[in-house]
Amino acid sequence: MTLDTLMNILVATIAAGTPLVYAALGELIVEKSGVLNLGVEGMMLVGAISGFIVMAKTGSLLLAVSCGMLAGAIMSLIFAVLTLTLMANQVASGLALTIFGTGLSSFMGIDYTSVALKGAREIHIPFFSDIPILGRLVFSYDILVYLSLVLLALVLWFLYKTRAGLILKAIGESPRSGHALGFPVIRIRYLAVLFGGAMAGLGGVYLSVAYTPMWVEGMVSGRGWVALALVVFATWRPMRVLTGAYLFGGVTIIQFHIQGFGFEIPSQVLSMLPYLATIAVLVLISRDKKLIRLNSPASLGITFHPENN
Amino acid sequence: MKQNWLPRTVLFISAMVFIVAGFSSMAFGKDKLKIGFVYVSPIGDAGWTYQHDLGRLAVEKNLGDKVSTKFIESVPEGAEAERVIRDLAKSGYKLIFTTSFGYMNPTLKVAKLFPKTIFEHSTGYKLAKNVGTYMCRFYEGRYLTGIIAGKMTKSNQLGYVAAFPIPEVIRGINAFTLGAKSVNPDIRVKVIWVNSWFDPGKEREASEALIDQGVDVITHHTDSTAPVMTAEEKGVYAIGYHSDMSKYGPNAQLTATTHVWGDYYTKVARQVLDGTWKSTAVWGGIKDGMIKLAPISKKVPADVVELVKKTQKSIADGSFHPFTGPIRRQDGKLLVKAGKHLTDKDLLGMNYYVEGIIGSIPK
Repeated sequence: MTLDTLMNILVATIAAGTPLVYAALGELIVEKSGVLNLGVEGMMLVGAISGFIVMAKTGSLLLAVSCGMLAGAIMSLIFAVLTLTLMANQVASGLALTIFGTGLSSFMGIDYTSVALKGAREIHIPFFSDIPILGRLVFSYDILVYLSLVLLALVLWFLYKTRAGLILKAIGESPRSGHALGFPVIRIRYLAVLFGGAMAGLGGVYLSVAYTPMWVEGMVSGRGWVALALVVFATWRPMRVLTGAYLFGGVTIIQFHIQGFGFEIPSQVLSMLPYLATIAVLVLISRDKKLIRLNSPASLGITFHPENN
Repeated sequence: MKQNWLPRTVLFISAMVFIVAGFSSMAFGKDKLKIGFVYVSPIGDAGWTYQHDLGRLAVEKNLGDKVSTKFIESVPEGAEAERVIRDLAKSGYKLIFTTSFGYMNPTLKVAKLFPKTIFEHSTGYKLAKNVGTYMCRFYEGRYLTGIIAGKMTKSNQLGYVAAFPIPEVIRGINAFTLGAKSVNPDIRVKVIWVNSWFDPGKEREASEALIDQGVDVITHHTDSTAPVMTAEEKGVYAIGYHSDMSKYGPNAQLTATTHVWGDYYTKVARQVLDGTWKSTAVWGGIKDGMIKLAPISKKVPADVVELVKKTQKSIADGSFHPFTGPIRRQDGKLLVKAGKHLTDKDLLGMNYYVEGIIGSIPK
């Protein structure tokens, strides 16, 4: 394996992991507020087709990203109304949201199957992109990859450095205490869920506009569920979410390279590898029970009735 | 003079209604053959189902008002397919084309219930009195595109993104390799299995992996346009499959193996109209006009185009078979002696690679 191949694998890894970074970071914030939204897959799909339609009509990446995020947020708003205002069961509502999103996105995309799109292309910064090795590794992605890292920094800052982040985490631990202290629990959870929806939508847009610039029914193909699992296995810590997402992307890419080099491993086993490797590694690095208890939101998935307290 | 228009108008309108109704009943009375098509995916504008729909449109064009056609797209294989096929038969469709392998058993089941309806099932292997099957010798096109790929590559490495390890796909990989080796003995073909018929994300990742490993001509046996698009983006050549995909890779696509169903569908519809239809298993190729190459890119030198045309002609007139010996298996064992070629039975059960392919077939 030459250095060049290695570079190519690394670059492809970052791109393959990016949609997971978006969706998982969004879900992390949602779960930190104590809400479990299993509708990530559905929100990603609706985000993907909305962004794709806008990109096909206008050609503007900015508009496509905004509309995809908006669409994801609208989907999550349905979930929020059901679970936070009407107090419906979160697991059931989340699953319903995924099923609804799958159907809705197929319907919206009827006229857009196999429409070709000039997707978001890799940026080229004069001088920086031309530095050997480093230039290719750091300065050769499309703009949405950089955006995901900016958002990661924002999430880190918000969770660990701001008062608002502290309140969010407190509500996830004990909404009753938060309520007693006078924080608007339901309103904060609404905002968290909307943020999660917008991020899932953005992950979808990345897939349909930048990664494979085309629309295909069900094109998210399980990445929403992978994102959900990443949040849990990363014990609700953003940096580990990033590690997990890139690990998953990396193993996905590497298994194709292994096939190309002609190793005698059945391709079905290789297809399994990303899932196995990601779970194994994240479970290993997060095996400290005390840390898990410290980081997992104690009231995750439990409906909160302000009136009953 | 004041005239009362009402009775006249009524008379006029009712006369018109009668005339129109009379004509239309006459038209319907002439026993239009109703033809139904069942598709496994949306039609879109490239791919397996798109080619079948071109065939349907050709039938409409060729037979005009003798037929009327209807299609139902995105029908999942399995129980849902049976319902759709039965509904078509029930509502008077006398000729029904079911265009995916997984429709085989549903088609046979419904055919039993409607013995007077004629069914044609694509890529299957089970016949019945009122069920015929039809498919293409895709491998003939694959061999020709292999020649082009073998001449155009600079790295002597070709890439193949494949869906599932079934004989049909393996046959294509082998034919492509033989075609390429016939003009360039040093060629190596790298195969990546994505274990999916239609997953643009995976197809793209697999294509990128191949290109990263030095492949400079990509072809695929999957249903999306992602491999051609990836080749376009990365500046290597591609050979499309199913449809002409030059729209997705104007610089990348050298040509594409396409299947053409229109003539066959028209022929079958005529036979059904004349009452001469019989259940047969058709396996048509270049000779029958069922396999065609998309227009060859201007980047391919004239002598290569000439060679491809010549080979195409000799395949069509039967003087050449793409699987003519000497052919060696991947491990070097002699498979076919010089001067002999594989039989249809060998081809239908093909489960091994020929020499020159890197990788192993997943079991």
